[in-house]
Amino acid sequence: MATRLMFENSCEVGVFSKLTNAYCLVAIGGSESFYSTFEAELADVIPVVKTSIAGTRIIGRLCAGNKNGLLLPHTTTDQELQHLRNTCNDHVALTHTDLDKETEELIADVLGVEVFRQTIAGNILVGSYCTFSNRGGLVHPHTSIEDLDELSTLLQVPLVAGTVNRGSEVIAAGLTVNDWTAFCGSDTTATELSVIESVFKLREAQPSAIVDEMRKSLIDSYV
Amino acid sequence: MAQESGMFVVPQTVGSVLCCKCGIPMAPNAANMCITCLRSEVDITEGLQKHVIISHCPECDSYLQPPRTWIKAQLESKELLTFCVKRLKNLNRVRLVHAEFVWTEPHSKRIKVKLKVQKEVLNGAILEQSYIVEYVQQDHMCESCTRVQANPDQWVASVQLRQHVTHRRTFFYLEQLILKHDAAARAIKIKQMDQGIDFFFSNRSHAVKFVEFVGKVAPVRSRHDKQLVSHDPKSNNYNYKYTFSVEIIPICREDLICLPPKVAVSLGNLGPLVICAKVTNSIALLDPFTLRLCFLDADQYWRSSFKSLLTSRQLVEYIVLDVEVVSSEVTVGGSKYVLADAQVARVSDFGKNDTIFSIRTHLGHLLNPGDYALGFDLYGANNNDIELDKYKGLVLPEAILVKKSYEEKRQRKRGKPRAWKLKSLNMEVDDSKGRTDQERTINEYEEFLRDLEENPELRFNISLYRNKDYQPSEMASMTDGEDLPSVPLEELLADLDLSDEEEGDDSMRE
Repeated sequence: MATRLMFENSCEVGVFSKLTNAYCLVAIGGSESFYSTFEAELADVIPVVKTSIAGTRIIGRLCAGNKNGLLLPHTTTDQELQHLRNTCNDHVALTHTDLDKETEELIADVLGVEVFRQTIAGNILVGSYCTFSNRGGLVHPHTSIEDLDELSTLLQVPLVAGTVNRGSEVIAAGLTVNDWTAFCGSDTTATELSVIESVFKLREAQPSAIVDEMRKSLIDSYV
Repeated sequence: MAQESGMFVVPQTVGSVLCCKCGIPMAPNAANMCITCLRSEVDITEGLQKHVIISHCPECDSYLQPPRTWIKAQLESKELLTFCVKRLKNLNRVRLVHAEFVWTEPHSKRIKVKLKVQKEVLNGAILEQSYIVEYVQQDHMCESCTRVQANPDQWVASVQLRQHVTHRRTFFYLEQLILKHDAAARAIKIKQMDQGIDFFFSNRSHAVKFVEFVGKVAPVRSRHDKQLVSHDPKSNNYNYKYTFSVEIIPICREDLICLPPKVAVSLGNLGPLVICAKVTNSIALLDPFTLRLCFLDADQYWRSSFKSLLTSRQLVEYIVLDVEVVSSEVTVGGSKYVLADAQVARVSDFGKNDTIFSIRTHLGHLLNPGDYALGFDLYGANNNDIELDKYKGLVLPEAILVKKSYEEKRQRKRGKPRAWKLKSLNMEVDDSKGRTDQERTINEYEEFLRDLEENPELRFNISLYRNKDYQPSEMASMTDGEDLPSVPLEELLADLDLSDEEEGDDSMRE
């Protein structure tokens, strides 16, 4: 299921939250309703954590993470890391094309993913213009069909070009998603919502089913 | 560019996204919304004027451009469209792409203009939309029409243009100059007077402008006076009538002048007998015996005014018996002259007595034995000129030739219309003087037209129009084409004629 919500009158919910299959980060806000929406949806499956990163609330933009780990900027003093804009699911990650080699290795280590340097529709800030989970992904509406094919080959998930928040092309800012649920800005129209639900396969997804599957694999690996 | 340099370029196919409102597939755009949805979402014509009231003067068919200008424009004209578009407020918020009239019944007092505008909406998408603005014409007479309606003769400033000579040649020429430069367009009345023309204006500044124009094309002196009509001491308003008196130097082209000693000395001992070669805002004086040319401007003239000894009306026709060139060809002030000794006889004497004059002339390049020439007959003239008396011991030549005469050849052409015509000012003529005066005017005008034919220099400043009635007969041109001066066809302007009938005729002919 995809849920529509707002963070203090802003529809860019992806900026103020970070959702993975294993945990959820939510910015500290004046109003509780943003947090409680996440809580209501996720509380009995994964932990929802209220936090700030480097003293700011834009945690969604300042970190990258999956079920394996979380990458954080080296506080505000390290300007270099602030420019880190990358996105990932549990298996692959797309990064800024100019990222240095060490950081790339770090990402691969921490998140346990394969790292690809990519652009989306000519934009180097890949983290802002696409969102993907282990089941599907949404990219910038101007992405050409060739780019779409290439990206979905790399990511091994189906991708679709689309928008959120009534035509906004900054996908990641308006949408945060994991394998069974998504949160998007309240401006998102029904059409956009249906695109999101279908590409991320949220209709048939049940948190319990996935967590069960996860547990099974965990148990498998332990056994 | 990359392709030109042979670089490999990944082909980019534009995919389609779903419109975020209605969900139909479409090419991605800046708003990511299909055109229909975008239209329903935003109206870029919002806040733009759709109804405007404009003031229209029914008398002169002009429109009020606030605060006070009246613009003459016909229905569906380019000017009216410009005016209509300019009257719209807030149009700078959008980009105007196209404007056209939607036809409306003229009596409906409505003008409809269809405008197409563009504006950037929703993060960079540019939307184009057309809408119709309705203008309501409110009839409101303009200031000048109100004044004309109240009393057509009401004038504020008058210019009295005068030249104290016996003929109207100068005014014929000046009329053409005024027409060419449209200098008297603002005049509400033009009246032909004895020895001049009166121009009446509804505004002082129009009169001042006109006087300045005349000062540029003719040597004049002017003075102005004003008469108090009424005044309102409380609001400090004074209502005057202004009169400008403009006097043109009473010397015309081809006049013979005896310069006063002072002037002659100041011009470097010119003359004293000189011919006025040209009149612009100064007069050019040519000494026919030395081929010296001097210019005298209006100021210099009025400092020591003099009159002409003999005027161009007193020219006498001579027949040239012999010409002997004295000097080579000289160009003075733009025209060629050759000094020559000639033997001439008056045509009136010719064959009756043996009076022959040996004279010097500046027309050596034009004259051949047997030609006719016009000149001043100083031998027969009875002068009582004060200036001439001041020169003691001055030997007057017996004759001074001024120009070649084409009278003989012209006689064959008599009665045939010219290939060209002139426009004329809409002038009120005082008919009280009787028929003789009218005849004289007609003769003078004919002489003026001949002058134009003979002098390209004179034509230079005025507009000649093609005469539609004139049909050149080939026979005539075969026999007459010797050397009678005429106006070349390429100098003529086609007269602009906008009447429907004429147009229809033209298209039929074509």
